[in-house]
Amino acid sequence: MKTRTWLYGALLLASGALAYWVTGCAPSSEEVKLLNVSYDPTRELYEEVKTAFAKSWKEQSGEAVAVKTMHDGSGKQARKVIEGFEADVVTLALAYDIDAIRQKAGLLAKDWQSRLPHNSCPYTSTIIFLVRRGNPKHIQDWGDLLKPDVQVVTPNPKTSGGARWNYLAAWGYVLKRELGSFDKLKDPQAAEEVARANEKARDFLKQLFDPKKTPVLDTGARSATITFKNGIGDVFLAWENEAYLVLQESGKGKYEIVVPSISILAEPPVAVVDKVVDKHGTRKEAEAFLKFLYTPEGQTMAARHFYRPCDPKGVPEELLKQFRPVEMFRIDEVFGGWAKAQKEHFDDGGIYDQIKGT
Amino acid sequence: MIHLQTARRWLRKRHSVLPGFGLTLGFAMLYLSLLVLIPLSSLFVKSASLSWADFWNTVSDPRVLASFRLTFGAALAAALVNAVFGLIVTWVLVRYSFFGKRLVDAMIDLPFAMPTAVSGITLTALFVKTRGLGKLLYDWFGLEVAYTPLGIMIALVFIGLPFVVRTLQPALEDLDLDIEESAASLGATRFQTFRLVIFPAILPALLTGFALSFARALGEYGSVVFIAGNQPGKTEIAPLLIMNKLEDFHYREAAAIAVILLLASFLILLFINIVQWWSRRYAI
Repeated sequence: MKTRTWLYGALLLASGALAYWVTGCAPSSEEVKLLNVSYDPTRELYEEVKTAFAKSWKEQSGEAVAVKTMHDGSGKQARKVIEGFEADVVTLALAYDIDAIRQKAGLLAKDWQSRLPHNSCPYTSTIIFLVRRGNPKHIQDWGDLLKPDVQVVTPNPKTSGGARWNYLAAWGYVLKRELGSFDKLKDPQAAEEVARANEKARDFLKQLFDPKKTPVLDTGARSATITFKNGIGDVFLAWENEAYLVLQESGKGKYEIVVPSISILAEPPVAVVDKVVDKHGTRKEAEAFLKFLYTPEGQTMAARHFYRPCDPKGVPEELLKQFRPVEMFRIDEVFGGWAKAQKEHFDDGGIYDQIKGT
Repeated sequence: MIHLQTARRWLRKRHSVLPGFGLTLGFAMLYLSLLVLIPLSSLFVKSASLSWADFWNTVSDPRVLASFRLTFGAALAAALVNAVFGLIVTWVLVRYSFFGKRLVDAMIDLPFAMPTAVSGITLTALFVKTRGLGKLLYDWFGLEVAYTPLGIMIALVFIGLPFVVRTLQPALEDLDLDIEESAASLGATRFQTFRLVIFPAILPALLTGFALSFARALGEYGSVVFIAGNQPGKTEIAPLLIMNKLEDFHYREAAAIAVILLLASFLILLFINIVQWWSRRYAI
């Protein structure tokens, strides 16, 4: 009986200790802590930036700083911050998500996007195609996706930021093909022609997202990658960095990258969350962290993880060579910004819902 | 006055030798409120900020209705499959001894322990029509499993199995062999013994297992989204629609769908509890 009581006591103690450990009640140290809330595919990038920044900040100010980065879908991360998760900096996939934090929780100043160079986007990316070895279906451009024997893999635009870029890139391709130049979008005399082109684009997207053409709509970019690796589909519409990562991980010769004639310029922005850094007293460090991304060192790291650096001056030539030239259009120039595109295309009852017939 | 007296007598009669009823009841209520009641009622409060018309529009949208049909249908089918085959598995585990029985017994709990995303990805890789088991099924029977409602059902069967086995096991173990022997000596055939003697005795446990497996399947998200294909109106489950609404910052609409899911599963569980109570009353 006595041993049993002892045993119970020990168990209780052990579970208490476990809870203490799990909830992270670790003793605090001298270093300044920064929390960076980011999206899925930046995992490898910020792992490297963290160490380099800590070293450079130590040299500059003598202060120790530890950056912790958390990853998840961009929209989900924005929601966490809105609901009170105290991120010092946010590095998300879309300006729209950071804008949502500003609008719904008022944690950032209105001018956040003009506070850092290049619209607060230290690196950019684009959408390209990943195909199977030898490109057996001869897929070269967006138009080839509609060939009857081609199946496509893309995540679900309703849940995945990356999939929205895929969708908009395809839409932009059709507009460009029909109009010849995006300048006509602003020309009131071409309004009729533009309307016709938009109709064509809508039809293109309807065919592209037909369940026979795109049988699986995964919730995020990473799960779509798994679906493609499982042997579904002939072409995977992917983030450029994600596609290179797949090549790197599964060894050359299994997949190939195809760069279409035109694609969209994806600009993932970064921002200091004003209200949080003022509360934590970490503004200085948070701003330095984001500025570090713009230094030649930060830019080189971005390039090494297959993000296109916005300021390639100090980046080694062989890293820049890997990015194949592609004509890219901006979302502002073709769709009038994220908020508008979101409302027209992806909100409930928007064009995406209409072409999915719901 | 008389009422008061009977009430007092009733209370006195209920007095137990062990003290602490008031204290533990209070604790249980507080604990349940903090963990279950308050979070769930906040869900109702959230959805109540929608007007009736908006609430109705949200939950009667064809796409939402289709997702309800799929979610409830697949959960029900999976729970039925689990009830039948879980019974057989439990029977074998309880009645026979064989080499490696302990190992098989321990394996039953694995679906509990696996992260749901891992089971989802594993099942998808196994049942995808381009290779492995999925290719065999596709080539021989023309059966597509991954990315169809059938795939969803299989994922739900997988995560629901332990509920049936673990609730049935003690009931089957408690069953006295004597009763079966007397049934046999009184001239009952084997089938009659099972149908009239064994089955009524384990029915309450079977129903509990069925209900647990069903309830778990209703809310399952992590494993299903990988195998579902997520096509609106065809393979899109209700929990995914809730995620969609949250993604668009439509909290109230998400809460509305969740409330329907919650109410429906509560009603079904209540119904099963009543049936169970009824079957216990008339058993033996």
